[in-house]
Amino acid sequence: MIINHPLLGPRDAAEFVYLGDASLIDRPDWEDPDAAEKYYEYLYLRDNPAGLHRELWFHEQGDRSWLVVTRNTLTHEITNVELARDVAKAQGRSR
Amino acid sequence: MRYSALKILKEGLTGNRGWKPVWREPEPRAEYDVVIVGAGGHGLATAHYLSKEFGVTNVAVLEKGWIGSGNVGRNTTIIRSNYMLPGNEPFYEFSLQLWEGLEQDLNYNAMVSQRGILNLYHSDPQRDAFARRGNAMRLAGADAVLLDQAGVREMCPFLDFDNARFPIKGGLWQPRGGTVRHDAVAWGYARAADSRGVDIIQNCEVTGFDIENGVCRGVETSRGRIRAKKVAVCVAGSSGRLMEKAGIRLPIESHVLQAFISEGLKPVIPGVVTFGAGHFYVNQSDKGGLVFGGDPDGYNSYAQRGGLPVVEDVCEGGMAIMPMIGRARLLRMWGGIMDMSMDGSPFIDRTPVDGLYFNGGWCYGGFKATPASGFCYAHLIAKDEPHPTAAAYRLDRFRHGAMIDEKGVGAQPNLH
Repeated sequence: MIINHPLLGPRDAAEFVYLGDASLIDRPDWEDPDAAEKYYEYLYLRDNPAGLHRELWFHEQGDRSWLVVTRNTLTHEITNVELARDVAKAQGRSR
Repeated sequence: MRYSALKILKEGLTGNRGWKPVWREPEPRAEYDVVIVGAGGHGLATAHYLSKEFGVTNVAVLEKGWIGSGNVGRNTTIIRSNYMLPGNEPFYEFSLQLWEGLEQDLNYNAMVSQRGILNLYHSDPQRDAFARRGNAMRLAGADAVLLDQAGVREMCPFLDFDNARFPIKGGLWQPRGGTVRHDAVAWGYARAADSRGVDIIQNCEVTGFDIENGVCRGVETSRGRIRAKKVAVCVAGSSGRLMEKAGIRLPIESHVLQAFISEGLKPVIPGVVTFGAGHFYVNQSDKGGLVFGGDPDGYNSYAQRGGLPVVEDVCEGGMAIMPMIGRARLLRMWGGIMDMSMDGSPFIDRTPVDGLYFNGGWCYGGFKATPASGFCYAHLIAKDEPHPTAAAYRLDRFRHGAMIDEKGVGAQPNLH
């Protein structure tokens, strides 16, 4: 697979390591009264879709940036690549 | 029809005209006591033990494709019980014991071959870890022998003992491990279950569940609605896709794992051999091909094919321990989809929906578990309580921190 890095252009997926579903960006608030339940769902449960999947890849052998890659799990076709930082900021996170 | 040597002789002399189809092709009935979704190894084993051990015969096994068309038809055929943790080891040892009596139980030749499995170690700390694992295995009634380098050399003289980076210092040997003819497992269980009245219905895809007020009353299928008192899902690889239809999120990701086979060779590898410093395992099929594999590709996938970086990694692992493998040509490679769970261990449990049962999360170790998985799932379905050896395989164990993490890598499925 080739991941089209927003800053570096097309890179071999072998340069990256995979973490999982991009929902891992949305870490729950630890002070929330339901924090235990929310962390259980955040950490252990997955949608695991057959089709488009937004997922986190880390460019370990490159610029060490985190990316959010939109990839089809049925065909491995990659349709969108964003910097995870931009995705997190767009969701209101400070960094 | 019972199979025997006498029967083969008689049929041979009479033109082989007396053989009958091994299982029927029934039309689905409107209602069953138990509907099992998925006629792979585990689903068919569940049907067999339900009908034989627990007296439940009003059972249908529904299969989207043909029986055994999933991972029971595309694995590396290894059986073993060399686990360590208390939640796992008694279960896998139970499975190995069922393998040992399988052919007599089914009256079917599954070519169970206890040729042994050898896990190589390459350093002193790894030797200590393997000694500990061997002790845990023996405490659970399994067999384990810690070999030094001379012991391994006697068994496998072809290994690269003096490899500069990963010298082979010895191995953990389980003599009762081995290989089984994987397709015959599906066929043997199907035949045995069918002979006791279980309906095996192929080309029948489950498209939804009939759930009223939190109780599952049947399934919607491509061949109409089928009512059932109990519905047992057994579709590892597609668990996420199917359980979504019941509104249940799982602690599972679907990943692709590749396997490989070389051209046929004369006998060169005595049992199953695994690399301890990378991920590579190999055995030789009775036809002579070297059957081997390694790590999964490491990303979510429902496509039954993997990528070349993993092919390279697996072959490097092979070359590191047995350079002679470089002379063999690769004949075929293929990918299968597996449920990778959050701790690398499976689930055999009830679900929050009454009457709906779940079996999955086998990661890439489901084949060896087939008999015990079927037995324990049948126990759960028939008695509504878990079998003692599968009591730890709860679906909500992460909520309570009761994970069974053999590798200790945490909630990241692609590392298990």
